[in-house]
Amino acid sequence: MVNNSGGRMNTVLRDIKVNRMIYLMVLPVVIWYIVFCYLPMYGSTIAFKDFKPGLGIINSPWIGFDNFIEFFRDIYFQRIVTNTVLLSVYDILWGFPAPIILALLLNEVRNRAFKSTVQTMTYLPYFVATVVVCGIIIDFTSTNGIINQMLSYLGAEKHNLLADKNLFRTIYIASSVWQGTGWGSIIYLAALANIDPQLYEASIIDGAGKWKQILHITLPGISSTIVILLILRMGSIMNVGFEKIILLYNPLTYETADVIATYVYRKGLIDFDYSYSSAIGLFNSVINLIFLLAANGISRKYSETSLW
Amino acid sequence: MISKRTAGERVFGLLNIVILSIVSLICIYPMLYILFASFSDPRLLIQHQGILFAPLGFTAKGYMLVLNNPNIGTGYYNTILYVAGGTFISMLLTCLGAYALSRKRVLLSKYIMILITITMFFSGGLIPFYLLIMKLGMINTRWAILLPGALSSWNLIIMRTSFAGIPDGLLESAKIDGANDFSILFRIVLPVSKAVISVMILFYAVGMWNSWFNAAIFLKKRSLFPIQLILREILILNDKSQMLQIKVVNPKDAGMYRMLVQYTTIIVATVPILLIYPFLQKYFVKGVFVGSLKG
Repeated sequence: MVNNSGGRMNTVLRDIKVNRMIYLMVLPVVIWYIVFCYLPMYGSTIAFKDFKPGLGIINSPWIGFDNFIEFFRDIYFQRIVTNTVLLSVYDILWGFPAPIILALLLNEVRNRAFKSTVQTMTYLPYFVATVVVCGIIIDFTSTNGIINQMLSYLGAEKHNLLADKNLFRTIYIASSVWQGTGWGSIIYLAALANIDPQLYEASIIDGAGKWKQILHITLPGISSTIVILLILRMGSIMNVGFEKIILLYNPLTYETADVIATYVYRKGLIDFDYSYSSAIGLFNSVINLIFLLAANGISRKYSETSLW
Repeated sequence: MISKRTAGERVFGLLNIVILSIVSLICIYPMLYILFASFSDPRLLIQHQGILFAPLGFTAKGYMLVLNNPNIGTGYYNTILYVAGGTFISMLLTCLGAYALSRKRVLLSKYIMILITITMFFSGGLIPFYLLIMKLGMINTRWAILLPGALSSWNLIIMRTSFAGIPDGLLESAKIDGANDFSILFRIVLPVSKAVISVMILFYAVGMWNSWFNAAIFLKKRSLFPIQLILREILILNDKSQMLQIKVVNPKDAGMYRMLVQYTTIIVATVPILLIYPFLQKYFVKGVFVGSLKG
């Protein structure tokens, strides 16, 4: 055993010597990952401690699962978990199929110039900064904004839409779909371009129409891409775009808008309750990981497509 | 053409064009509206109801106010610094890592890949990240903006896949001629990878240009603020002192001009990015190749 591991050690050392240039190149990358990704993972152990900045992570006393128990008893626990899941589910429901549909429509366009113009225009929202998108949302949804102006033609009463807790999810999801659909379609267009054109030619000879072609050739051709992306999406089901929420929400809409990530932000960086907010963040990460593994497992079992 | 189209297909084709045109309009109209509004006479704009098809009247006053606001200038300067410096650091790390990990017969590269992949699915969370940056003494320094977000695992893996696709013969012959890995990377690999490199530069640069959250939590000194934080004050926090650094002739008009300034700032801060991406559009597919995730 000892000999064996010593032998392996020697192999590694010899490899480092032979490929020293390669290892020198990758060293800054490894250091970056250790510092900016793995040190915070180690730091998340403060979720199990009563962290005092003066004592540091190591010397702060362990308190076990107290922070987690406190979180489960938190009066906002149910609200922020529900809001997180609902926003995410609605986002998947609307935001996941939209790029697929756009890609399918674009794929049927024969005129190249028109196709690339549509692509340029639909990609545009993706390049608009979050702060600007939220600024536009605030302007458009304000009492005298363009959306209220148009709704008032239909007889609706003008009011500040962002102060209405019943509308927050709609505004959030609509703006996400607006921003992400064009960009999201790229990956499906790439998959569509990889489908063998002979399949279509053969189906035309067999007398298949457009609809049948889409159903039997196009969709199966991109199904593995769809599955992979859906698995990845499931792995971030508890990650909602909290930057946008922080810019858009206010105490009037907390009831529908406050999610786990925004609560962590307020508890940690505004109230400075580091241990407690780390515990909530860790809870969030672990749930995400469970969803990812479950989605990947289910997919591997039923469709032979999986991340690893 | 390949085949005759049936009547049904022709109807579908027409309908498709109509739908896609409407979708495109919806995508660009909000920015167009802001553009029209930014040139409109605020007096007319405030009375106007409904959508705009062109500026109402014409004024460049909003632009004068914005460009004379010293905070916009400082913000712009800082953002250009962050975008240039950040993109350089990001690309350097990404290219080095991608090349090293794309080489075959390197014993530890499999483990390094695992180290990288894990971070795509699990992270320490916001608070430990914040405490780390604090501990490193980066709060209120430009490093807090430049370093923590420097690498994207996604981009690194895309780049690695792209480098791995370069024919071995090309690299082996250079090696026989005595070139070391650094010169192979810079003299052979990078020159043949222009497409993927330009997309990566765009991704990193746009990401840096548009980012605001790290700046908001790590920077307190106004002189370090990127443009997005100034924008947040003007657009979101509605900070009146930020909007009109110059007195408007008639104080009653202040509210109107604030609105105009909001529209103008959006245009000033967004247009540079919107002018660049169409030129790289044809390379985007290379940048989002998902198959690269495997292996």
